[in-house]
Amino acid sequence: MSNGTGFRIYAILYLIFLYAPILLLPIFAFNASTIIAFPLSGFTTDWFAELLTIPALHQSLKYSLIIALITAVVSTCLGIFAARAATRYSFPGKGGIIGLIMLPLVLPEIIVAVSLLVVLLGIGVTLSFWTVILGHVLICTPFTIAILNSAFMSLDGALEEAAYDLGENKWSTFRLITFPLIMPGIISSLLISFTISLDEFIIAFFLSSTEPTLPVYIWSQLRFPTKIPAIMALGTILVLLSITLLIIAEYFRRKGIKRTGGKDTGGFL
Amino acid sequence: MDARTRWGRFRRSEAASGLVLISPTALYALLLLIVPLAAIVGYSFLTDGYLVIEWVPTLANYIEAWTEPLYQLVMARSLFVSATVTLVTVCLAFPVAYYVSFHVAPNRKSLWLFLITIPFWTSYLIRVFLWKVILGYNGVVNSTLMGLGITDEPVTFILYNVNAVVITLAHAYAPFAILPIFVALEKIDRSLIEAGQDLGESRLLTFWRVTLPLAMPGVVAAVLIVFIPTIGDYVTPQLVGGPEGRMIANAIQLQYLRLDNYPLGSALAVTAMLIVTAVSLIFVFLNRRFLRVKQ
Repeated sequence: MSNGTGFRIYAILYLIFLYAPILLLPIFAFNASTIIAFPLSGFTTDWFAELLTIPALHQSLKYSLIIALITAVVSTCLGIFAARAATRYSFPGKGGIIGLIMLPLVLPEIIVAVSLLVVLLGIGVTLSFWTVILGHVLICTPFTIAILNSAFMSLDGALEEAAYDLGENKWSTFRLITFPLIMPGIISSLLISFTISLDEFIIAFFLSSTEPTLPVYIWSQLRFPTKIPAIMALGTILVLLSITLLIIAEYFRRKGIKRTGGKDTGGFL
Repeated sequence: MDARTRWGRFRRSEAASGLVLISPTALYALLLLIVPLAAIVGYSFLTDGYLVIEWVPTLANYIEAWTEPLYQLVMARSLFVSATVTLVTVCLAFPVAYYVSFHVAPNRKSLWLFLITIPFWTSYLIRVFLWKVILGYNGVVNSTLMGLGITDEPVTFILYNVNAVVITLAHAYAPFAILPIFVALEKIDRSLIEAGQDLGESRLLTFWRVTLPLAMPGVVAAVLIVFIPTIGDYVTPQLVGGPEGRMIANAIQLQYLRLDNYPLGSALAVTAMLIVTAVSLIFVFLNRRFLRVKQ
Protein backbone atom coordinates (compact mmCIF):
# COMPACT_ATOMS: atom_id res chain seq x y z
CA MET A 1 0.00 0.00 0.00
CA SER A 2 1.99 2.96 -1.22
CA ASN A 3 -0.56 5.67 -0.41
CA GLY A 4 -1.20 4.13 3.01
CA THR A 5 1.89 5.89 4.38
CA GLY A 6 0.45 9.36 3.75
CA PHE A 7 -2.66 8.42 5.69
CA ARG A 8 -0.56 6.89 8.43
CA ILE A 9 1.49 10.06 8.92
CA TYR A 10 -1.72 12.11 8.97
CA ALA A 11 -3.34 9.77 11.50
CA ILE A 12 -0.31 9.95 13.78
CA LEU A 13 -0.25 13.78 13.58
CA TYR A 14 -3.94 13.70 14.41
CA LEU A 15 -3.28 11.55 17.48
CA ILE A 16 -0.61 14.05 18.60
CA PHE A 17 -3.19 16.85 18.21
CA LEU A 18 -5.67 14.81 20.28
CA TYR A 19 -3.16 14.14 23.04
CA ALA A 20 -1.46 17.57 23.10
CA PRO A 21 -3.39 19.02 26.08
CA ILE A 22 -3.05 15.84 28.13
CA LEU A 23 0.69 15.68 27.48
CA LEU A 24 1.13 19.27 28.70
CA LEU A 25 -0.63 18.51 31.96
CA PRO A 26 2.23 16.68 33.77
CA ILE A 27 4.74 19.25 32.44
CA PHE A 28 2.99 22.05 34.33
CA ALA A 29 2.13 19.84 37.29
CA PHE A 30 5.86 19.37 37.99
CA ASN A 31 6.87 22.92 37.01
CA ALA A 32 8.17 25.05 39.91
CA SER A 33 6.59 28.32 38.68
CA THR A 34 3.12 29.42 39.79
CA ILE A 35 2.51 30.81 36.30
CA ILE A 36 1.24 28.30 33.77
CA ALA A 37 3.36 29.33 30.78
CA PHE A 38 6.68 28.71 29.09
CA PRO A 39 9.60 28.84 29.73
CA LEU A 40 9.57 26.22 32.50
CA SER A 41 11.44 27.08 35.67
CA GLY A 42 12.36 23.88 37.48
CA PHE A 43 11.14 20.59 38.87
CA THR A 44 8.95 20.34 41.98
CA THR A 45 6.44 17.98 43.57
CA ASP A 46 5.06 20.73 45.83
CA TRP A 47 1.78 20.98 43.93
CA PHE A 48 1.02 17.34 44.62
CA ALA A 49 1.83 17.86 48.31
CA GLU A 50 -0.45 20.91 48.35
CA LEU A 51 -3.38 18.73 47.27
CA LEU A 52 -3.20 16.87 50.58
CA THR A 53 -3.78 20.10 52.52
CA ILE A 54 -7.09 21.26 50.95
CA PRO A 55 -10.12 20.01 52.93
CA ALA A 56 -12.63 21.41 50.38
CA LEU A 57 -10.98 19.29 47.70
CA HIS A 58 -11.21 16.13 49.82
CA GLN A 59 -14.87 16.81 50.54
CA SER A 60 -15.69 17.31 46.84
CA LEU A 61 -13.71 14.17 45.94
CA LYS A 62 -15.78 12.22 48.46
CA TYR A 63 -19.06 13.50 46.97
CA SER A 64 -17.84 12.75 43.44
CA LEU A 65 -16.85 9.19 44.33
CA ILE A 66 -20.20 8.48 46.04
CA ILE A 67 -22.11 10.01 43.10
CA ALA A 68 -20.04 8.10 40.53
CA LEU A 69 -20.45 4.81 42.39
CA ILE A 70 -24.24 5.05 42.76
CA THR A 71 -24.60 6.38 39.19
CA ALA A 72 -22.56 3.47 37.83
CA VAL A 73 -24.66 0.85 39.62
CA VAL A 74 -28.07 2.38 38.84
CA SER A 75 -27.35 3.22 35.19
CA THR A 76 -25.84 -0.21 34.57
CA CYS A 77 -28.98 -1.86 36.03
CA LEU A 78 -31.21 0.31 33.82
CA GLY A 79 -28.88 -0.50 30.92
CA ILE A 80 -29.22 -4.26 31.50
CA PHE A 81 -33.03 -4.03 31.37
CA ALA A 82 -33.03 -1.94 28.21
CA ALA A 83 -30.26 -3.81 26.36
CA ARG A 84 -31.85 -7.17 27.17
CA ALA A 85 -35.25 -5.95 25.94
CA ALA A 86 -33.71 -4.43 22.82
CA THR A 87 -31.69 -7.48 21.79
CA ARG A 88 -34.04 -10.31 22.81
CA TYR A 89 -37.62 -9.09 22.24
CA SER A 90 -39.57 -7.26 19.60
CA PHE A 91 -42.43 -5.13 20.85
CA PRO A 92 -44.58 -2.27 19.59
CA GLY A 93 -42.94 1.17 19.70
CA LYS A 94 -39.48 -0.35 20.21
CA GLY A 95 -37.61 2.13 18.03
CA GLY A 96 -39.34 5.10 19.63
CA ILE A 97 -38.79 3.95 23.21
CA ILE A 98 -35.10 3.17 22.63
CA GLY A 99 -34.68 6.47 20.77
CA LEU A 100 -36.15 8.25 23.79
CA ILE A 101 -33.76 6.50 26.19
CA MET A 102 -30.75 7.23 23.95
CA LEU A 103 -31.74 10.89 23.48
CA PRO A 104 -29.41 12.32 26.18
CA LEU A 105 -26.49 11.13 24.03
CA VAL A 106 -27.10 13.94 21.52
CA LEU A 107 -29.03 16.47 23.60
CA PRO A 108 -26.87 19.42 24.75
CA GLU A 109 -26.10 18.79 28.42
CA ILE A 110 -27.16 22.29 29.39
CA ILE A 111 -30.71 21.50 28.22
CA VAL A 112 -30.79 18.35 30.36
CA ALA A 113 -29.40 20.34 33.29
CA VAL A 114 -31.79 23.31 33.18
CA SER A 115 -34.87 21.21 32.53
CA LEU A 116 -34.08 18.96 35.51
CA LEU A 117 -33.33 22.02 37.64
CA VAL A 118 -36.68 23.60 36.80
CA VAL A 119 -38.65 20.45 37.63
CA LEU A 120 -36.77 19.58 40.82
CA LEU A 121 -37.09 23.10 42.21
CA GLY A 122 -40.70 23.21 40.98
CA ILE A 123 -41.70 20.16 43.03
CA GLY A 124 -39.74 21.41 46.02
CA VAL A 125 -36.75 19.06 46.02
CA THR A 126 -33.69 20.48 47.81
CA LEU A 127 -30.58 20.25 45.66
CA SER A 128 -28.02 17.77 47.00
CA PHE A 129 -25.76 15.09 45.64
CA TRP A 130 -28.87 12.96 45.11
CA THR A 131 -30.16 15.40 42.49
CA VAL A 132 -26.79 15.18 40.70
CA ILE A 133 -27.14 11.39 40.69
CA LEU A 134 -30.58 11.68 39.02
CA GLY A 135 -29.03 13.68 36.18
CA HIS A 136 -25.92 11.53 35.86
CA VAL A 137 -27.93 8.30 35.61
CA LEU A 138 -29.89 9.89 32.77
CA ILE A 139 -26.78 10.72 30.69
CA CYS A 140 -24.83 7.52 31.57
CA THR A 141 -27.61 5.06 30.72
CA PRO A 142 -27.26 5.45 26.90
CA PHE A 143 -23.56 4.57 27.16
CA THR A 144 -24.26 1.51 29.33
CA ILE A 145 -26.90 0.37 26.81
CA ALA A 146 -24.43 0.74 23.92
CA ILE A 147 -21.87 -1.43 25.74
CA LEU A 148 -24.37 -4.00 27.04
CA ASN A 149 -26.13 -4.25 23.66
CA SER A 150 -22.97 -5.65 22.12
CA ALA A 151 -22.54 -7.98 25.09
CA PHE A 152 -26.10 -9.34 24.71
CA MET A 153 -25.90 -9.47 20.93
CA SER A 154 -22.83 -11.68 20.93
CA LEU A 155 -24.62 -14.03 23.33
CA ASP A 156 -25.64 -17.37 21.82
CA GLY A 157 -29.38 -17.83 22.43
CA ALA A 158 -29.00 -21.60 22.22
CA LEU A 159 -27.22 -21.64 25.59
CA GLU A 160 -30.27 -20.14 27.28
CA GLU A 161 -32.65 -22.48 25.46
CA ALA A 162 -30.56 -25.42 26.62
CA ALA A 163 -30.90 -24.22 30.21
CA TYR A 164 -34.72 -23.95 29.84
CA ASP A 165 -34.82 -27.45 28.36
CA LEU A 166 -32.84 -28.74 31.31
CA GLY A 167 -35.52 -27.41 33.66
CA GLU A 168 -34.21 -24.03 34.78
CA ASN A 169 -36.72 -21.19 35.03
CA LYS A 170 -36.31 -17.69 33.61
CA TRP A 171 -34.61 -16.24 36.65
CA SER A 172 -32.22 -19.13 37.36
CA THR A 173 -31.27 -19.23 33.66
CA PHE A 174 -30.42 -15.58 33.82
CA ARG A 175 -28.43 -16.02 37.03
CA LEU A 176 -26.56 -19.19 36.01
CA ILE A 177 -26.08 -18.73 32.24
CA THR A 178 -26.73 -15.21 30.96
CA PHE A 179 -25.29 -13.19 33.82
CA PRO A 180 -21.86 -14.89 33.93
CA LEU A 181 -21.55 -14.60 30.14
CA ILE A 182 -22.31 -10.88 30.07
CA MET A 183 -20.34 -10.17 33.27
CA PRO A 184 -17.39 -8.61 31.38
CA GLY A 185 -19.85 -6.29 29.60
CA ILE A 186 -21.34 -5.33 32.97
CA ILE A 187 -17.94 -4.54 34.46
CA SER A 188 -17.05 -2.48 31.39
CA SER A 189 -20.37 -0.62 31.65
CA LEU A 190 -19.84 0.08 35.37
CA LEU A 191 -16.37 1.49 34.73
CA ILE A 192 -17.46 3.68 31.82
CA SER A 193 -20.43 5.17 33.66
CA PHE A 194 -18.23 5.70 36.73
CA THR A 195 -15.70 7.58 34.57
CA ILE A 196 -18.38 9.72 32.87
CA SER A 197 -20.01 10.66 36.18
CA LEU A 198 -16.66 11.47 37.81
CA ASP A 199 -15.82 13.84 34.97
CA GLU A 200 -19.25 15.39 34.33
CA PHE A 201 -19.45 19.12 35.02
CA ILE A 202 -22.54 20.90 33.61
CA ILE A 203 -25.23 18.82 35.31
CA ALA A 204 -23.32 18.82 38.59
CA PHE A 205 -22.83 22.60 38.27
CA PHE A 206 -26.59 23.19 37.96
CA LEU A 207 -27.87 20.51 40.32
CA SER A 208 -25.47 20.58 43.27
CA SER A 209 -25.74 23.50 45.64
CA THR A 210 -23.69 23.27 48.81
CA GLU A 211 -22.16 19.91 47.96
CA PRO A 212 -19.81 20.57 45.00
CA THR A 213 -18.46 17.61 43.05
CA LEU A 214 -14.81 17.46 42.03
CA PRO A 215 -15.32 19.12 38.60
CA VAL A 216 -17.44 21.86 40.21
CA TYR A 217 -14.64 22.41 42.75
CA ILE A 218 -12.05 22.55 39.92
CA TRP A 219 -14.24 25.05 38.05
CA SER A 220 -14.38 27.31 41.11
CA GLN A 221 -10.56 27.22 41.40
CA LEU A 222 -9.81 28.01 37.75
CA ARG A 223 -10.56 31.68 38.48
CA PHE A 224 -7.64 31.98 40.92
CA PRO A 225 -4.24 32.00 39.18
CA THR A 226 -2.41 30.89 42.34
CA LYS A 227 -4.54 27.74 42.58
CA ILE A 228 -3.84 26.60 39.02
CA PRO A 229 -0.59 24.61 39.59
CA ALA A 230 -2.32 22.43 42.19
CA ILE A 231 -5.21 21.92 39.75
CA MET A 232 -2.67 20.78 37.13
CA ALA A 233 -1.35 18.24 39.63
CA LEU A 234 -4.91 17.12 40.39
CA GLY A 235 -5.61 16.89 36.65
CA THR A 236 -2.55 14.68 36.15
CA ILE A 237 -3.83 12.27 38.80
CA LEU A 238 -7.37 12.31 37.33
CA VAL A 239 -6.13 11.62 33.80
CA LEU A 240 -4.03 8.69 35.03
CA LEU A 241 -7.04 7.38 36.97
CA SER A 242 -9.36 7.71 33.94
CA ILE A 243 -6.89 5.98 31.63
CA THR A 244 -6.44 3.14 34.12
CA LEU A 245 -10.21 2.67 34.47
CA LEU A 246 -10.64 2.77 30.68
CA ILE A 247 -7.90 0.21 30.06
CA ILE A 248 -9.55 -2.13 32.57
CA ALA A 249 -12.96 -1.47 30.94
CA GLU A 250 -11.53 -2.20 27.48
CA TYR A 251 -9.91 -5.39 28.78
CA PHE A 252 -13.24 -6.66 30.11
CA ARG A 253 -15.14 -5.59 26.99
CA ARG A 254 -12.79 -7.61 24.79
CA LYS A 255 -12.78 -10.55 27.18
CA GLY A 256 -16.58 -10.53 27.08
CA ILE A 257 -16.68 -10.62 23.31
CA LYS A 258 -14.15 -13.44 23.25
CA ARG A 259 -16.05 -15.39 25.90
CA THR A 260 -19.33 -15.30 24.00
CA GLY A 261 -17.56 -16.12 20.75
CA GLY A 262 -18.38 -12.86 19.00
CA LYS A 263 -16.28 -10.75 16.66
CA ASP A 264 -14.71 -7.54 17.88
CA THR A 265 -16.20 -4.61 16.02
CA GLY A 266 -14.25 -1.85 17.72
CA GLY A 267 -14.29 0.45 20.70
CA PHE A 268 -17.04 1.86 22.88
CA LEU A 269 -20.06 3.77 21.59
CA MET B 1 -64.29 -13.42 29.14
CA ASP B 2 -62.94 -12.83 25.67
CA ALA B 3 -61.15 -9.65 26.74
CA ARG B 4 -59.60 -11.41 29.69
CA THR B 5 -58.17 -14.29 27.64
CA ARG B 6 -56.84 -11.84 25.12
CA TRP B 7 -55.20 -9.90 27.95
CA GLY B 8 -53.82 -13.19 29.31
CA ARG B 9 -52.39 -14.07 25.95
CA PHE B 10 -50.89 -10.61 25.61
CA ARG B 11 -49.32 -10.87 29.05
CA ARG B 12 -47.45 -14.01 28.09
CA SER B 13 -46.53 -12.73 24.62
CA GLU B 14 -43.10 -11.63 23.49
CA ALA B 15 -44.29 -8.03 23.08
CA ALA B 16 -45.41 -7.83 26.70
CA SER B 17 -42.18 -9.36 28.04
CA GLY B 18 -40.19 -6.83 26.06
CA LEU B 19 -42.29 -3.89 27.25
CA VAL B 20 -42.15 -5.01 30.89
CA LEU B 21 -38.40 -5.47 30.69
CA ILE B 22 -37.71 -2.06 29.17
CA SER B 23 -40.26 -0.22 31.33
CA PRO B 24 -37.93 0.77 34.25
CA THR B 25 -35.46 2.43 31.87
CA ALA B 26 -38.20 3.95 29.72
CA LEU B 27 -40.05 5.25 32.78
CA TYR B 28 -36.85 6.82 34.11
CA ALA B 29 -36.25 8.61 30.79
CA LEU B 30 -39.90 9.68 30.69
CA LEU B 31 -39.92 11.13 34.21
CA LEU B 32 -36.47 12.73 34.17
CA LEU B 33 -36.17 13.75 30.55
CA ILE B 34 -39.53 14.15 28.82
CA VAL B 35 -41.40 15.65 31.77
CA PRO B 36 -38.59 18.19 32.43
CA LEU B 37 -38.39 19.08 28.73
CA ALA B 38 -42.15 19.63 28.71
CA ALA B 39 -41.74 21.73 31.86
CA ILE B 40 -39.29 24.15 30.27
CA VAL B 41 -41.58 24.49 27.27
CA GLY B 42 -44.35 25.34 29.76
CA TYR B 43 -42.18 27.79 31.71
CA SER B 44 -41.20 29.59 28.53
CA PHE B 45 -44.82 30.81 28.20
CA LEU B 46 -45.09 32.13 31.79
CA THR B 47 -44.47 35.63 33.15
CA ASP B 48 -41.42 36.39 35.27
CA GLY B 49 -42.39 38.31 38.39
CA TYR B 50 -39.74 39.49 40.82
CA LEU B 51 -38.43 36.29 42.53
CA VAL B 52 -41.68 34.46 41.67
CA ILE B 53 -43.14 32.99 38.52
CA GLU B 54 -46.55 34.38 37.71
CA TRP B 55 -48.99 31.96 36.14
CA VAL B 56 -49.95 34.37 33.40
CA PRO B 57 -49.50 32.98 29.90
CA THR B 58 -47.48 35.26 27.65
CA LEU B 59 -45.39 35.31 24.49
CA ALA B 60 -43.20 38.10 25.90
CA ASN B 61 -40.25 35.74 26.53
CA TYR B 62 -40.20 34.58 22.93
CA ILE B 63 -40.58 38.12 21.65
CA GLU B 64 -37.59 39.14 23.78
CA ALA B 65 -35.54 36.06 22.82
CA TRP B 66 -36.19 36.55 19.11
CA THR B 67 -36.07 40.33 18.74
CA GLU B 68 -33.43 41.48 21.27
CA PRO B 69 -30.29 42.15 19.16
CA LEU B 70 -28.03 40.68 21.86
CA TYR B 71 -29.78 37.30 21.78
CA GLN B 72 -29.97 37.34 17.98
CA LEU B 73 -26.22 37.92 17.88
CA VAL B 74 -25.46 35.18 20.42
CA MET B 75 -27.74 32.72 18.64
CA ALA B 76 -26.24 33.50 15.22
CA ARG B 77 -22.74 33.16 16.66
CA SER B 78 -23.61 29.82 18.28
CA LEU B 79 -24.90 28.51 14.95
CA PHE B 80 -21.81 29.79 13.15
CA VAL B 81 -19.41 28.27 15.71
CA SER B 82 -21.21 24.92 15.71
CA ALA B 83 -21.36 24.78 11.92
CA THR B 84 -17.65 25.65 11.61
CA VAL B 85 -16.66 23.17 14.31
CA THR B 86 -18.73 20.47 12.62
CA LEU B 87 -17.18 21.15 9.21
CA VAL B 88 -13.61 21.22 10.58
CA THR B 89 -14.10 18.17 12.80
CA VAL B 90 -15.71 15.98 10.16
CA CYS B 91 -13.20 16.95 7.42
CA LEU B 92 -10.22 16.32 9.70
CA ALA B 93 -11.71 13.11 11.06
CA PHE B 94 -12.64 11.45 7.76
CA PRO B 95 -9.06 10.58 6.69
CA VAL B 96 -8.35 9.11 10.12
CA ALA B 97 -11.48 6.95 10.00
CA TYR B 98 -10.55 5.96 6.44
CA TYR B 99 -7.02 5.06 7.46
CA VAL B 100 -8.16 2.91 10.39
CA SER B 101 -10.82 1.15 8.32
CA PHE B 102 -8.84 0.55 5.10
CA HIS B 103 -5.16 0.51 6.03
CA VAL B 104 -4.92 -0.83 9.58
CA ALA B 105 -4.68 -4.61 10.11
CA PRO B 106 -7.99 -5.95 11.52
CA ASN B 107 -6.45 -7.04 14.83
CA ARG B 108 -5.05 -3.53 15.43
CA LYS B 109 -8.26 -1.62 14.67
CA SER B 110 -9.69 -1.70 18.17
CA LEU B 111 -6.35 -0.50 19.56
CA TRP B 112 -6.50 2.54 17.24
CA LEU B 113 -10.10 3.27 18.20
CA PHE B 114 -9.19 2.94 21.85
CA LEU B 115 -6.32 5.42 21.44
CA ILE B 116 -8.63 7.86 19.65
CA THR B 117 -11.33 7.69 22.34
CA ILE B 118 -9.09 7.93 25.45
CA PRO B 119 -8.61 11.74 25.44
CA PHE B 120 -12.38 12.16 25.15
CA TRP B 121 -12.95 10.44 28.51
CA THR B 122 -10.43 12.46 30.50
CA SER B 123 -11.24 15.56 32.51
CA TYR B 124 -13.08 17.81 30.08
CA LEU B 125 -12.67 20.95 32.19
CA ILE B 126 -8.92 20.61 32.47
CA ARG B 127 -8.55 19.79 28.77
CA VAL B 128 -10.39 23.00 27.86
CA PHE B 129 -8.35 24.96 30.37
CA LEU B 130 -5.15 23.63 28.80
CA TRP B 131 -6.20 25.08 25.46
CA LYS B 132 -6.17 28.41 27.21
CA VAL B 133 -2.56 27.63 28.14
CA ILE B 134 -1.72 26.53 24.60
CA LEU B 135 -3.33 29.52 22.88
CA GLY B 136 -2.56 32.16 25.53
CA TYR B 137 -0.29 35.22 25.49
CA ASN B 138 2.68 33.28 26.93
CA GLY B 139 1.29 30.03 25.62
CA VAL B 140 2.75 27.12 23.73
CA VAL B 141 1.81 28.45 20.29
CA ASN B 142 3.22 31.91 20.96
CA SER B 143 6.48 30.73 22.53
CA THR B 144 6.97 28.40 19.57
CA LEU B 145 6.24 31.13 17.01
CA MET B 146 8.56 33.59 18.75
CA GLY B 147 11.21 30.94 19.38
CA LEU B 148 11.27 30.17 15.67
CA GLY B 149 11.41 33.87 14.89
CA ILE B 150 8.16 33.81 12.93
CA THR B 151 6.66 36.64 14.98
CA ASP B 152 8.27 39.30 17.18
CA GLU B 153 5.42 39.67 19.62
CA PRO B 154 2.74 37.22 20.76
CA VAL B 155 -0.23 36.81 18.45
CA THR B 156 -3.52 37.56 20.19
CA PHE B 157 -6.13 36.55 17.65
CA ILE B 158 -6.19 32.97 18.96
CA LEU B 159 -7.49 33.52 22.49
CA TYR B 160 -10.67 35.02 23.93
CA ASN B 161 -12.56 35.03 20.66
CA VAL B 162 -14.50 32.78 18.31
CA ASN B 163 -11.31 31.23 16.82
CA ALA B 164 -10.31 29.87 20.21
CA VAL B 165 -13.79 28.40 20.75
CA VAL B 166 -13.69 26.69 17.34
CA ILE B 167 -10.22 25.18 17.90
CA THR B 168 -11.07 23.92 21.38
CA LEU B 169 -14.43 22.44 20.42
CA ALA B 170 -13.00 20.82 17.28
CA HIS B 171 -10.50 19.08 19.55
CA ALA B 172 -13.08 18.04 22.15
CA TYR B 173 -15.51 16.49 19.66
CA ALA B 174 -12.98 14.75 17.39
CA PRO B 175 -13.67 11.17 18.57
CA PHE B 176 -17.40 11.75 18.14
CA ALA B 177 -16.84 12.37 14.44
CA ILE B 178 -14.41 9.52 13.82
CA LEU B 179 -16.47 6.66 15.25
CA PRO B 180 -19.66 6.91 13.12
CA ILE B 181 -17.63 7.41 9.93
CA PHE B 182 -15.45 4.42 10.83
CA VAL B 183 -18.52 2.24 11.41
CA ALA B 184 -19.98 3.25 8.02
CA LEU B 185 -16.67 2.57 6.23
CA GLU B 186 -16.38 -0.84 7.89
CA LYS B 187 -19.78 -1.84 6.49
CA ILE B 188 -18.77 -1.15 2.88
CA ASP B 189 -18.45 -4.32 0.85
CA ARG B 190 -14.81 -4.20 -0.32
CA SER B 191 -15.68 -6.02 -3.57
CA LEU B 192 -17.67 -2.94 -4.70
CA ILE B 193 -14.48 -0.89 -4.60
CA GLU B 194 -12.53 -3.56 -6.46
CA ALA B 195 -15.34 -3.68 -9.03
CA GLY B 196 -15.07 0.07 -9.50
CA GLN B 197 -11.36 -0.20 -10.17
CA ASP B 198 -11.73 -3.27 -12.39
CA LEU B 199 -14.14 -1.30 -14.55
CA GLY B 200 -11.43 1.27 -15.15
CA GLU B 201 -12.11 3.98 -12.60
CA SER B 202 -9.10 5.67 -10.99
CA ARG B 203 -8.61 5.41 -7.22
CA LEU B 204 -9.87 8.95 -6.74
CA LEU B 205 -12.97 8.45 -8.90
CA THR B 206 -13.73 5.15 -7.16
CA PHE B 207 -13.56 6.96 -3.84
CA TRP B 208 -15.82 9.74 -5.12
CA ARG B 209 -18.39 7.51 -6.79
CA VAL B 210 -18.39 4.39 -4.60
CA THR B 211 -16.74 4.83 -1.20
CA LEU B 212 -17.94 8.30 -0.28
CA PRO B 213 -21.63 7.81 -1.15
CA LEU B 214 -21.63 4.54 0.84
CA ALA B 215 -19.92 6.28 3.77
CA MET B 216 -22.41 9.16 3.77
CA PRO B 217 -24.72 7.69 6.44
CA GLY B 218 -21.72 7.75 8.80
CA VAL B 219 -20.82 11.29 7.75
CA VAL B 220 -24.42 12.44 8.37
CA ALA B 221 -24.38 10.76 11.79
CA ALA B 222 -21.03 12.39 12.58
CA VAL B 223 -22.34 15.82 11.56
CA LEU B 224 -25.39 15.50 13.80
CA ILE B 225 -23.50 14.06 16.76
CA VAL B 226 -21.02 16.96 16.65
CA PHE B 227 -23.38 19.78 15.64
CA ILE B 228 -26.15 19.21 18.20
CA PRO B 229 -24.10 19.08 21.43
CA THR B 230 -21.56 21.78 20.44
CA ILE B 231 -24.24 24.44 20.09
CA GLY B 232 -25.08 23.94 23.77
CA ASP B 233 -21.50 23.88 25.05
CA TYR B 234 -20.99 26.05 28.10
CA VAL B 235 -17.46 25.41 29.36
CA THR B 236 -15.46 26.22 26.22
CA PRO B 237 -16.96 29.65 25.41
CA GLN B 238 -16.82 30.56 29.08
CA LEU B 239 -13.13 29.65 29.47
CA VAL B 240 -11.55 30.54 26.12
CA GLY B 241 -14.24 32.60 24.37
CA GLY B 242 -13.95 35.93 26.14
CA PRO B 243 -16.79 38.45 25.82
CA GLU B 244 -16.98 38.17 22.04
CA GLY B 245 -17.03 34.37 22.11
CA ARG B 246 -20.08 33.83 24.34
CA MET B 247 -22.61 31.33 23.09
CA ILE B 248 -26.25 30.51 23.77
CA ALA B 249 -25.47 28.17 26.70
CA ASN B 250 -23.79 31.06 28.52
CA ALA B 251 -26.89 33.21 27.98
CA ILE B 252 -29.12 30.41 29.29
CA GLN B 253 -26.93 29.87 32.34
CA LEU B 254 -26.97 33.62 33.05
CA GLN B 255 -30.78 33.73 33.01
CA TYR B 256 -31.17 30.66 35.22
CA LEU B 257 -28.43 30.91 37.81
CA ARG B 258 -27.62 34.63 37.96
CA LEU B 259 -30.75 36.57 36.99
CA ASP B 260 -33.27 33.97 38.18
CA ASN B 261 -35.39 34.62 35.10
CA TYR B 262 -36.55 31.06 34.42
CA PRO B 263 -39.18 31.96 31.80
CA LEU B 264 -36.71 33.85 29.59
CA GLY B 265 -34.01 31.21 30.16
CA SER B 266 -36.53 28.54 29.13
CA ALA B 267 -37.56 30.51 26.03
CA LEU B 268 -33.89 30.75 25.02
CA ALA B 269 -33.37 27.03 25.64
CA VAL B 270 -36.49 26.06 23.67
CA THR B 271 -35.51 28.42 20.83
CA ALA B 272 -32.03 26.89 20.67
CA MET B 273 -33.54 23.38 20.58
CA LEU B 274 -35.99 24.35 17.83
CA ILE B 275 -33.25 25.86 15.69
CA VAL B 276 -30.94 22.86 16.19
CA THR B 277 -33.77 20.47 15.33
CA ALA B 278 -34.73 22.47 12.24
CA VAL B 279 -31.15 22.69 10.96
CA SER B 280 -30.59 18.96 11.61
CA LEU B 281 -33.81 17.99 9.82
CA ILE B 282 -32.93 20.13 6.81
CA PHE B 283 -29.47 18.57 6.73
CA VAL B 284 -30.87 15.04 6.86
CA PHE B 285 -33.44 15.95 4.19
CA LEU B 286 -30.72 17.25 1.86
CA ASN B 287 -28.82 14.00 2.30
CA ARG B 288 -31.84 11.69 2.04
CA ARG B 289 -30.52 10.25 -1.25
CA PHE B 290 -27.51 8.74 0.56
CA LEU B 291 -29.45 7.51 3.56
CA ARG B 292 -31.66 5.26 1.44
CA VAL B 293 -28.61 3.33 0.16
CA LYS B 294 -28.82 -0.34 1.10
CA GLN B 295 -25.61 -1.68 2.56
